[in-house]
Amino acid sequence: MGNVLLAGTVLKWLALVLILTLSACTSQKREKTLVYCSEGSPSTFNPQLATDGPSFNASSRVIYNRLVDFSPGGTDLIPSLAESWEISKEGRHYTFKLRPGVQFHSRGDFTPTRNFNAEDVLFSFNRQRDKEHPYHSVNNAGYEYFNSMAMGELIQNIVAVDERTVRFELSRPEAPFLANLAMDFASILSAEYAEHLAQREAKEKIDWEPIGTGPYVFRSYVKDNLIRYQAHPEYFEGPAKVSRLVFSITPEPSVRYQKLRAGECHLVAEPSPSDLVSMRTDSRVQVLSQPGLNVGYVAMNVEKPPFDQLKVRQAIHHALNRASYIEAIYMGQAQVAKNPIPPTLWSYNDQVKDYDYNPERARELLREAGFPDGFQAEMWTLPVSRPYNPDGRKMGELIQADLAQVGIRLRLVTFDWPTYLAKARQGEHQLLQLGWTGDNGDPDNFLNVLLGCRGVVAGSNVARWCHQEFEDLISRARTLSDQGEREKLYRQAQKIFKREAPWVTLAHSVVFRALSPEIEGYQISPFGTESFHRIGFK
Amino acid sequence: MLSLIGRRLLSSIPTLLGVSLVAFFLIRWVPGDPVMLMLGERGGSPELYQQMQAQLGLDRSLGEQYLKFLGHILQGDFGTSVVSRRPVLEEFLARFPATVELSLLALFWAVVLGVPLGVLAAIKRSSFWDYSLMSGALVGYSMPIFWWGMILILFFSVGLGWTPVSGRISVWHEVEVVTGFMLIDTWLSGGGVEVFADALRHMILPAIALGTLPLAAIARMTRSSVLEVLREDYIRTAKAKGLKHRQVVMNHALRNALIPVVTVIGLMGGTLLTGAILTETIFSWPGIGRWLVNSVAARDYPVIQGGILLISFVIITVNLLVDLVYLWVNPLLRDQI
Repeated sequence: MGNVLLAGTVLKWLALVLILTLSACTSQKREKTLVYCSEGSPSTFNPQLATDGPSFNASSRVIYNRLVDFSPGGTDLIPSLAESWEISKEGRHYTFKLRPGVQFHSRGDFTPTRNFNAEDVLFSFNRQRDKEHPYHSVNNAGYEYFNSMAMGELIQNIVAVDERTVRFELSRPEAPFLANLAMDFASILSAEYAEHLAQREAKEKIDWEPIGTGPYVFRSYVKDNLIRYQAHPEYFEGPAKVSRLVFSITPEPSVRYQKLRAGECHLVAEPSPSDLVSMRTDSRVQVLSQPGLNVGYVAMNVEKPPFDQLKVRQAIHHALNRASYIEAIYMGQAQVAKNPIPPTLWSYNDQVKDYDYNPERARELLREAGFPDGFQAEMWTLPVSRPYNPDGRKMGELIQADLAQVGIRLRLVTFDWPTYLAKARQGEHQLLQLGWTGDNGDPDNFLNVLLGCRGVVAGSNVARWCHQEFEDLISRARTLSDQGEREKLYRQAQKIFKREAPWVTLAHSVVFRALSPEIEGYQISPFGTESFHRIGFK
Repeated sequence: MLSLIGRRLLSSIPTLLGVSLVAFFLIRWVPGDPVMLMLGERGGSPELYQQMQAQLGLDRSLGEQYLKFLGHILQGDFGTSVVSRRPVLEEFLARFPATVELSLLALFWAVVLGVPLGVLAAIKRSSFWDYSLMSGALVGYSMPIFWWGMILILFFSVGLGWTPVSGRISVWHEVEVVTGFMLIDTWLSGGGVEVFADALRHMILPAIALGTLPLAAIARMTRSSVLEVLREDYIRTAKAKGLKHRQVVMNHALRNALIPVVTVIGLMGGTLLTGAILTETIFSWPGIGRWLVNSVAARDYPVIQGGILLISFVIITVNLLVDLVYLWVNPLLRDQI
């Protein structure tokens, strides 16, 4: 039986290969390397150009620093490349004293001849704001973050007073400005390196072969596969605890979890909430959690009847049993939201009284609004899983069932993510699920971006709610530098928000991370960003 | 022979033109654009939006954009990715070897196992072997790759710890990218057997996952083809001549039965590519399947239109090669060209 023999030979051969390869794996030599299973490939290694999480995580806190930073695991502003700062009385001038003795990375044919100074700050910001800057259009950069925060019009001038002093002159007082400087796009690049590249006519390398002051030096990137870093020995806070850092790009969340279990990575990005239950009982995984700086909500488009009527919006609030969603959607890892900002953010107003779950009252309000038999409406369900709303579809079904009780017949609709955003921006929706994770720890970052009148045209205010009283308060708060004064105004604004009810605030979720039990010193950032230099092995 | 190749290449031009047309307009017909995605939940003022659109050249009319796209291709420029801001061709070439390497290994195991199993099923027709092999093939043919890949990972990687969960090489091995084919690069980088074996171990599960469908298809095709050939007169003649059973099957039946099998293998090119999209996602394999899917999600127009065109070109080339192999396998056809 030749063919049987043939098949047999093949099987034997395969078995041989298997044995060979298996035996090879026992003789491995492993250097201590911290492996982070990230969710996607970076689109750049320069946070000034990026808009996506994978790019920020691979660059901002690994390769670079900013003038100011957020405290580890918190939202407080602490000195980083700037040692100290002064804000002028009228709030328009910010003067930073720069930290001395900070070294940039040496990499490839570049070795810095000088330490970090004012020139680097000027280069980093002028590249983004000045259209004539020699690096402005390198790599076809759009500086989306810088521009969408209108930093260009805000910053009037940046002056290098001396080598160690930089002054930012603003066109108007802007209280959140300092917090903005801790954001990823405000990372500081090396002006000397830029010059070095310009001389070699290789300007485009600046965003792909990065040089920064951060805890890790970039070594190599194999597309869609691996990113390698080596600890920066001269890092100003002291060298990172683990000298080698590798990003293993693993797009599928369930696979990241399995890699963690198999010991192939020590930390995983964005674990899937549905895996949480089994992660908690798994001895090969340690789960950390912390209240996130986020809010999930259903926006009611106030430009579309019947949601232009306050009573209808209030009725919907009363109709929804939001407490039940916390268990069903967030597996209990969240709290019902009543304000548009999370309780971990300063100025949170706990005095605000929320609408209770009261279908009877909802029906009454609907009757008063002229809808005794309810009405038909459409809700768009979030097509992506986000910490603030892990399962939009299921959330939609729960809301649909609750609203049916009061006679509102909801049709659930969804699109893929880019379409969803595009159509929401046009204001085509009636009810829309969305949410937000804060990115600078300032209440303005929620109240102004998501509920300010400017957000209506920008597409971030999806309730399209432009309320003069509210707008006046948050606009005034922006210009004050006294935090106590600002807090009063924001607390007032939250009351108005609740009264006018443009959103059903759903939840503030707990964010969690899954990591290997060997790891210590990891702190979850409320912003959902990652930093690695404080992580060590037990 | 040369005229055949020439004719085939010429006839591929309208195909490629059609592909470029479909790829270009289909993705633009879908709502949402790359600018929208970059702005995300944050949004941006209408001026900023227009400015970003203009920067990407998306503010021009569709016709103008299409003609520009074609014009650039004639100069060998496939456009620049909106997301990575790198040339599409460079991005493609960086990922293409990974997909080819995986596909070849998947095809290798599908052929090496599929042909003998098909023959076995044919000569043991209607036996236990035949039934179990063919129902196995049916299962293999209809198995969702995503599920199958996950099962393989859970069993072999997490459960038994025999193979790595995903990736191309263990992180502590540093292999310089020379050819893009990991099995070759590991040799070139002088890592020795250990690194080579590590790369191979990473390839086993994805190759099995990707090769399962072709394996089932090849086994079924081989079986029916061998059965057909076994009924031919010349087989009866061969048997009557007193040849050994083994000789009859191996030399007379199999050789003739392989012709349709070669066709099936050739057609697998497209199947492997679609399978690669899922396989590459599960096994974090840095190939073109995953690249294209990400690009659709990011509305990276240049990558989608340029990438699809490049892939079509590859598939057309592969089909041409298959036809040439066909001629080599089947001398009868040689006279017909």
